[in-house]
Amino acid sequence: MSDFLLEMNGICKSFPGVKALDHATLRVRPGTVHALVGENGAGKSTLMKCLFGIYSKDEGEIIIDGKPTQIVNPFDALTKGIAMVHQELQPIMERSIAENIYCGRFPMKYHLFIDHKKMYEDTERLLKEVKMNFDPQVKLSTLSVSQMQSVEIAKAVSADARIIIMDEPTSSLTQNEVDNLFEIINLLRKKGISIIYISHKMDEILSISDDVTIMRDGQYIGTWEAKELTIDMIVTKMVGRELKNLFPPKSNVPGEVIFEVQELTSITEKSFKNVSFQLRKGEILGIGGLVGAQRSELVEAIFGIRGIKTGTITYKGKQIKIRRPHDAISQGIALLTEDRRATGIFGVLSIAENVSIASLDQYVDFHFILNNRKIEKLVQDNVKKLHIKTPSSKTKIQSLSGGNQQKVIISRWLANDPDILILDEPTRGIDVGAKYEIYTIIAELAKQGKSIVMISSELPELIGMSDRIIVMCAGKISGEVEKEEATQENIMSLATKFA
Amino acid sequence: MEQVAKINKKSVAQFAQNNAITIIMVLIALFVGISEPNFFSFGNFKNLSVNTAVRFVIALGVSGALITKGTDLSAGRLVGLGACIAATLLQRSDFSTKLFPNLPDLSILLVVVITMTICGLFGFANGAVISFLKVPPFIATLGMQTLVYGICLVYTGAKPIGGLRSDYTKIAIGSIFGIPYLLIIAVVCGILMWFLYNKTKHGKYMYAIGGNENAAEVAGVNTSKVKIRIYTLAAMLYALGGILLAAKAGGTSVNMGAGYELEAIAACTIGGVSTNGGVGRVSGILIGVLVFELLKISLQFLGVETSYTYIVQGLVIIIAVALDLRKYLAKK
Repeated sequence: MSDFLLEMNGICKSFPGVKALDHATLRVRPGTVHALVGENGAGKSTLMKCLFGIYSKDEGEIIIDGKPTQIVNPFDALTKGIAMVHQELQPIMERSIAENIYCGRFPMKYHLFIDHKKMYEDTERLLKEVKMNFDPQVKLSTLSVSQMQSVEIAKAVSADARIIIMDEPTSSLTQNEVDNLFEIINLLRKKGISIIYISHKMDEILSISDDVTIMRDGQYIGTWEAKELTIDMIVTKMVGRELKNLFPPKSNVPGEVIFEVQELTSITEKSFKNVSFQLRKGEILGIGGLVGAQRSELVEAIFGIRGIKTGTITYKGKQIKIRRPHDAISQGIALLTEDRRATGIFGVLSIAENVSIASLDQYVDFHFILNNRKIEKLVQDNVKKLHIKTPSSKTKIQSLSGGNQQKVIISRWLANDPDILILDEPTRGIDVGAKYEIYTIIAELAKQGKSIVMISSELPELIGMSDRIIVMCAGKISGEVEKEEATQENIMSLATKFA
Repeated sequence: MEQVAKINKKSVAQFAQNNAITIIMVLIALFVGISEPNFFSFGNFKNLSVNTAVRFVIALGVSGALITKGTDLSAGRLVGLGACIAATLLQRSDFSTKLFPNLPDLSILLVVVITMTICGLFGFANGAVISFLKVPPFIATLGMQTLVYGICLVYTGAKPIGGLRSDYTKIAIGSIFGIPYLLIIAVVCGILMWFLYNKTKHGKYMYAIGGNENAAEVAGVNTSKVKIRIYTLAAMLYALGGILLAAKAGGTSVNMGAGYELEAIAACTIGGVSTNGGVGRVSGILIGVLVFELLKISLQFLGVETSYTYIVQGLVIIIAVALDLRKYLAKK
């Protein structure tokens, strides 16, 4: 009998242009909480998706209970005792708790009818186990996020899971809810269930986990017992390189205030409230905060994608109204959205079409005929200037790597020569080399006198690039930090101020 | 330096997969052509080209909806409405059951403009309902299909319309230098649409909406306006198709054009317009229509009963879409 309940050895996985996992290893002892840590893009989620059968691994072996196993899809993973509580939960909102838990494997009567009585009784028992005294017939849409998470955990328990993967389970929970979750985790651990716990919150990791595995750039760095580690040790092993050379030198000089937002409040109840800030010419303004702090919602509202209830936007001394993105664009404002796939790229269209779409007005002859020569020149200029690696301007954007896709979208906005660029998580899902190139572009634009607003969840990036950082928490601005005094600690404490 | 595409085993296999349905149908046509000597005759060719011409005009209309990830199920009924409006306005004055006995002889061009405008309004309604009320195109145009049929029934009193003026029917049978007028009209439509799709902002915006509607909105595209324009233009093309069909048949009834939307959608799909949106070329649509008409004529030549041809056509539509979706599934 092996010492480990689960072993993943030498796992490799590549995506076009990126090697996401390079011989990654994970060994989990039975009845332990095993933290999996690493920077964004280190490959944690990818490794878990390989384990859960969402991705198929290119190389490597998965051993459960000493027996080599192939996991072909999530259903297969469940039958082999592996369950996953996703980063973004995917509940069926309009059905009951019981139906959510037993969906796909309802208890049956005579193999023909669903045994509702048994289903509700079992659910009630399960919910008690995860400290949740709820009626199993309640619809999921009436629960809070943390309660939905408990339901998800109950579901894992009901499937007799022996390994439960929790991907950033506390990212949108309050401290009380986190304590509650830890209580449930301790219960599960006592029952002999192993938990793979992915988180960025170091103090949580040290307090809850038994073992810690650290990953960097898709590679396995090592596994330690949690009690041997300190936060500093984890961070050093995680980053593994000098922080100094991560960012290009900056020579921008912030000038007069060009853009100002006053008392902006969303039309949505739970979104941002009474947000005010100023932006200077040639300044890089960082916006920090946790996931769910409503940062994206704020900039999307400024850009006209979302609605504003009250508040004003002043730009170059004049109050402006922005009803839809077109209004913002014609004022000289650009927004690089957070989710490149959903609101950025046109996957099936060419690089040329992706670059030119927002600035076609500049390339028409006789008011309606597009001048393809001018468009081609624009594209070639940008390919050269931003070092976009592509075989031709006719290549479909979906065949490029994430970093190059991002540069194409940046080109799209630069084509309009905007005065203000709002960048929402500009380096998300991009590998380290391309990140540096994006930073260089940002620094260069600021030097040219363009004003940049940059949302980032990566604190080193936020501190490394910004001249000034405003921090949001629960839809409100919780503080402002100048570059000189910015540290990960003071930003984090502002980010959790109202929690 | 241009990279020359190499012809090798892989590229041939790729081509075969991407054009499977076209290749199969051309093979069928060749087979029929060899076994039935009349197949490759001038008369048959003319027949094919004239049939294709009208269907091509209608398919061009549907293509815009498909490229933006929508669909237009009202196409066939709007073709019927177009045919009925044009026919009732262009009946011979001495025809005994003329719908409007006191109507003077209107100019054909005026009738074309009137017909296309009226149908265009229904297309405008389609676009507005889809854009502003956010009704899925499938449902919005399905409703419009029935609605238009009803209007057509009320308008004509469900009676067939005959006795068309000879200058009108000449559009369908006449030719210049041996080239049928119908063919010329279709070619002009094709060129105009090619220009619209490839050389104008409207075209680029259309492909962008099909590629990713949210991203298009963020990039400043007024997606509502573009979609309304697409559905309006589509309806005007259906009207034109209806006008030509009535002329060709020498008369019309409320059932003219019924089911044409499915043929048009099938032809577009065979021609590479993806139901996943963002992809589709005018040349492809032409090939799709040709291939579909070729299939119908081949079946006729083989003496397959009309009832059975529907079964075959239905299967071809499903297979064409399945093959199309496979292309995109494989890439994930």
